[in-house]
Amino acid sequence: MNQGTEPAPPDDFDARLARARERRRERDAGAAGRSGRLAQSGFGLALRIGVELVAALAVGIGIGLLLDRWLGTTPWLMVLFFLLGGAAGIFNVIRVATGMGGTVGYRRAGKGAAKDNGKDRGPGAGGT
Amino acid sequence: MADPGHAGGGGHSPLAQFEIHSLIPLQLGGIDVSYTNSALVMTVALLAATLFLTLGMRRHALVPGRWQSMAEMSYEFVANLLRDTVGHEGRAYFPFVFTLFMFVLLGNLLGLVPYSFTFTSHIVVTFTLAIMIFIGVTILGFVKHGLHFFSFFVPPGVSIVLWPLMIPIELISYLSRPISLSVRLFANMTAGHTMLKVFAGFVVSLGVIGGWLPLAFVIALTGLELLIAVLQAYVFTILTCFYIKDALHLH
Repeated sequence: MNQGTEPAPPDDFDARLARARERRRERDAGAAGRSGRLAQSGFGLALRIGVELVAALAVGIGIGLLLDRWLGTTPWLMVLFFLLGGAAGIFNVIRVATGMGGTVGYRRAGKGAAKDNGKDRGPGAGGT
Repeated sequence: MADPGHAGGGGHSPLAQFEIHSLIPLQLGGIDVSYTNSALVMTVALLAATLFLTLGMRRHALVPGRWQSMAEMSYEFVANLLRDTVGHEGRAYFPFVFTLFMFVLLGNLLGLVPYSFTFTSHIVVTFTLAIMIFIGVTILGFVKHGLHFFSFFVPPGVSIVLWPLMIPIELISYLSRPISLSVRLFANMTAGHTMLKVFAGFVVSLGVIGGWLPLAFVIALTGLELLIAVLQAYVFTILTCFYIKDALHLH
């Protein structure tokens, strides 16, 4: 700062600090956040997508097998939940590939995007 | 890691590195709770994290030295991650997320030290972490939103006719979270370390004449493994942040 305002250094420093923080936050948000970039870099994405697909399928089959054993309807519920698990896996992959998160309920991706357009920036801007 | 004596000896497979030995046998009510090599490395990781942070911040100078700025960087990294994904309400969960990040990161990195053990290469460890996060986040969702939490599984804008189809899919998708979270970390660690061992085995079996190529591969792969170790810790942490965000902001 300029040398003329010597008498009140603490306020001055606090104000400057606040301004610097604000600027930095804006800059980070403007750059889509460090986290966003790394998560969406091809490598990070590649490590995530395959597992998402298989995990949902495995959970679906697991639920199907358990229900079958419980209700004695082998193999029909397993077949049904195999298909549902596959669908859930595809949904997971779509969510990872399009939006940011492994968020359940793609309403989150849709709403998040809508909020992004409405506000200056999404949840990253700090505050929400 | 690169342990040529084992790999070349013929007696040990590249998977021998994942074996768990009990160091101090312990029995507690009929359950084997021996102190194993896995637990030893976990203890080392905890100690290393504690020492790294407390000793790093011991002088807490205004202008940080190298060590202090490393400690501050790791803190800032997780704090920014949490702020970018969850927002300001996420602050309450910072201690948990930061602990998790340091634990997984140090587990991955300590596993790269020769003769060490990678506890994140065991599905038991990663799944325990993941199921802990999953249960915690679910409880958090219920505490914050009560029964409204179930609206999580009903995608809006979908007609009621499709609900019987969508709700099981969303439920499966939700239940697959701990699986994908744990399998991702475990599979990456196991695959990477196995690959390192296999190539290290080639170095010995090909000898002085042909061993240089696999040796170069091992060096390159070690670099890659370092990257993956950090990246996987990061992915684990950011997914935890996403899950916390989902539980807090159901809408």
